[in-house]
Amino acid sequence: MRRSLVIYAVLLLLALLAPFIGMYPVFGMKLLCFAMFACAFNLLLGYTKMLSFGHAAYFGFSGYFTGWLMTIHGWNAIEGLIAGTAAGALLGLVIGAIAVRRQGIYFAMITMALAQLVFFVCLQANFTGGENGLQSIPRGSILGLVPLSNDLTMYYFVLAVFVAVYLLIRRIIDSPFGQVLKAIRANEPRSISLGYKVDRYKLQAFVISAAISGLAGSLKALVLGFVTLTDVSQGTSGEVILMTLLGGSGTFLGPVIGAGVVVTLQEYLSDLVGAWVSVIIGAIFVVCVMIFRRGFVGEISRFFTRRAAAQPEA
Amino acid sequence: MLGLVNGSFYALLSLGLAVIFGLLGVVNFAHGAFYMLGAFAAYFGLEVLGVNYWWALLLAPLAVGILGIIIERLFLRHLVTLEPIYGLLLTFGIALIAEGVMRSLFGASGKSYPVPALLRGGFNLGFMVLPIYRAWAIFASVVVCFTTWFLIERTHLGARLRAATENARLVQAFGINVPIMVMFTYGAGVALAALAGVLAAPVVQVSPLMGNSLVIVVFAVVVIGGMGSIMGAIVSGLILGLVEGLTKVVYPEASNIVVFVIMAIVLIWRPTGLFGKEP
Repeated sequence: MRRSLVIYAVLLLLALLAPFIGMYPVFGMKLLCFAMFACAFNLLLGYTKMLSFGHAAYFGFSGYFTGWLMTIHGWNAIEGLIAGTAAGALLGLVIGAIAVRRQGIYFAMITMALAQLVFFVCLQANFTGGENGLQSIPRGSILGLVPLSNDLTMYYFVLAVFVAVYLLIRRIIDSPFGQVLKAIRANEPRSISLGYKVDRYKLQAFVISAAISGLAGSLKALVLGFVTLTDVSQGTSGEVILMTLLGGSGTFLGPVIGAGVVVTLQEYLSDLVGAWVSVIIGAIFVVCVMIFRRGFVGEISRFFTRRAAAQPEA
Repeated sequence: MLGLVNGSFYALLSLGLAVIFGLLGVVNFAHGAFYMLGAFAAYFGLEVLGVNYWWALLLAPLAVGILGIIIERLFLRHLVTLEPIYGLLLTFGIALIAEGVMRSLFGASGKSYPVPALLRGGFNLGFMVLPIYRAWAIFASVVVCFTTWFLIERTHLGARLRAATENARLVQAFGINVPIMVMFTYGAGVALAALAGVLAAPVVQVSPLMGNSLVIVVFAVVVIGGMGSIMGAIVSGLILGLVEGLTKVVYPEASNIVVFVIMAIVLIWRPTGLFGKEP
């Protein structure tokens, strides 16, 4: 417990100081948005063992919705983000209600197909700008008080939202609700026979995850000022899976680290190697599945647990 | 009519997917990529090696099938003890690699493959002209689909396959080499995808991304048909292609999503799919 507190303190300090030690605030914000997205995804994959293959739908759709409200209707940042989160939750409720009826790969395929439906809706609807996406979305202000156009102000705002969401997710996992989710992960038929309404718990977890994904997508729309079809595409759904898997699904910090690695890779490699990026991402996928299924954090904590087991007095 | 052509490709692809899922328990995300590779194999066969369409119909699936066998040996075999989700993720990675390599080498633009001389022109049906090639593509797919169905459901070899699906260890105890059978099944399923790619090459643009969007539609088709069912895969592939084609005429905006909408309705009404048996 103490060790993890130290780690968190160091990470938080690093995040607070990052803009002053050479990180571009915009890059940092993008990273935080994807980290939040991956944490939301991990809530499903890591703690309920539900592999959603269509999480880009909530991420992207909420981004569009927020962008549209702020550009066309002049909403401020807080209102836009709340609306985006609500849109994600609602979409999650509809899709989740259909998808939780099936398990395992069926669940994955159904979420994927329905996300593709959302993709085509975004491609053809009026408010999304079709192939061009939404451009020059204003960042607005916090309730009209603090303008967010400055990158540094925006960075600390995004960081604050991220920390709040992170703590919320931890709280959810540690709550009785989270315990039930873990029970479902461990043994679903047994949870049913113990009297838990498993489908309802799964749906709730799905909606929470979709809502947080929506928040992450809305935040990203504000940060970068644009939303494109890539954000709702199946490629993004795949990326968030990779982030979670690479960092370690079912760990608190894993998705954050995974998101950091993947976003950094994309940022620097896309200039260097062009379309080969997707080859590299695909190769990382293969390596992860073949020999690295616990992810970074999972492997590290296993290493420490093993060492502790070898020397019981230490 | 265009709908039925698409439907016959859906049928071929979802058939391969259903066969692979039946024996390996793997949802082969790379199916679209193998379809794309089949079309590219035909294209380069013609451009570089001068292999004509008829030979491509045989050689491209063979080449891609061998690639599939290599992938099964190198990767998929080691995942059998794990949950099926890992197979899906692995093949997703493989699909990304295949598409990325093709896009880096040949760009994202589509290439056109000429219709073979023997199949040019069309029949005049009075109310419309039916291009001969499309009729051929439908005919060939349907024949292949039903041959596969017959092989699996009505022959001795098929009986062994189905037995291995039920209980691999027991079948192995009877002296049948299940790992080899699994390997060739994966190769055959992948070859079916490549065959669909060759058949599609003259009708659609040959491009690295041609399989990417198709595979999700095929997934939806398979979910609608019921995952384990081979006949379900064939029939729902043809029907959904037809429905999609009709939607394109009646209400073009919805043609991309109609399959997914049908999938959602089917799932609410019958969670196991139209032909599904398992709970």
